Amino acid sequence: MIEFARNVRLWFAPEEIRREGSTPDYRFSLANERTFLAWLRTALALIGGGFAVDQFLPDLRWAWRAGLALALLAAGVLCSLRAVNHWMRCERAMRRGEDLPVSRFPAVLGLLVAVVAIAMVVVVTVGWEG
Amino acid sequence: MGRVNAAEAEERDPGLQPERTRLAWRRTTLASTVAAVLSVKSALRGGPTVSGVIVCALCCALWLGFLLVAHHRIRALAASAGPPTLAPRHATTAVLCTVALALCGAALVL
Repeated sequence: MIEFARNVRLWFAPEEIRREGSTPDYRFSLANERTFLAWLRTALALIGGGFAVDQFLPDLRWAWRAGLALALLAAGVLCSLRAVNHWMRCERAMRRGEDLPVSRFPAVLGLLVAVVAIAMVVVVTVGWEG
Repeated sequence: MGRVNAAEAEERDPGLQPERTRLAWRRTTLASTVAAVLSVKSALRGGPTVSGVIVCALCCALWLGFLLVAHHRIRALAASAGPPTLAPRHATTAVLCTVALALCGAALVL
């Protein structure tokens, strides 16, 4: 948690990253940036999915509709925050010449999306309408 | 096509990394546009109420913020062959726009 707080401070302080280690080949930095953007698109897609659930399943009971939409929106928020955090950790690791950080996040996100998808199929087929 | 100038060929990255990164920013802008359009549609469902219009304006402002960051970065990438690293401030701004859009969504659902 302390590590995370330290990272949050770094999000806003570019000079501190630049002070560490040496600048890597710009192509590595650009590849890291593209990975960050890909995660950000994933987050935007999840958020768009949240809006879509709210909008295109109006016959659903309110609790189900709100629950599914909020789950997707929360996944989007997590995904975007993790995107910037991971981008920065990778950037720092490259500057210091360390191994890139590993992460459990893709597995967790995959499971979460699977659970939401199954819940959506069940809710729509069973038809718990309000 | 004619032969390529030697100096130009040396300067040009054969992996086209800046171009690919630029296109990645474009794709991300497109994704944020889709999310913003969905949010506006969601906000204005059931007629224009005061709160609906406020949320709608907020979503448009967030989309504009994202667009500005992307535009800034795309110009920086196009300007030089060995572009500078993305500033953490810009990455954080883009992410905060995304998070705020999700919060608008949560406010609309509840």
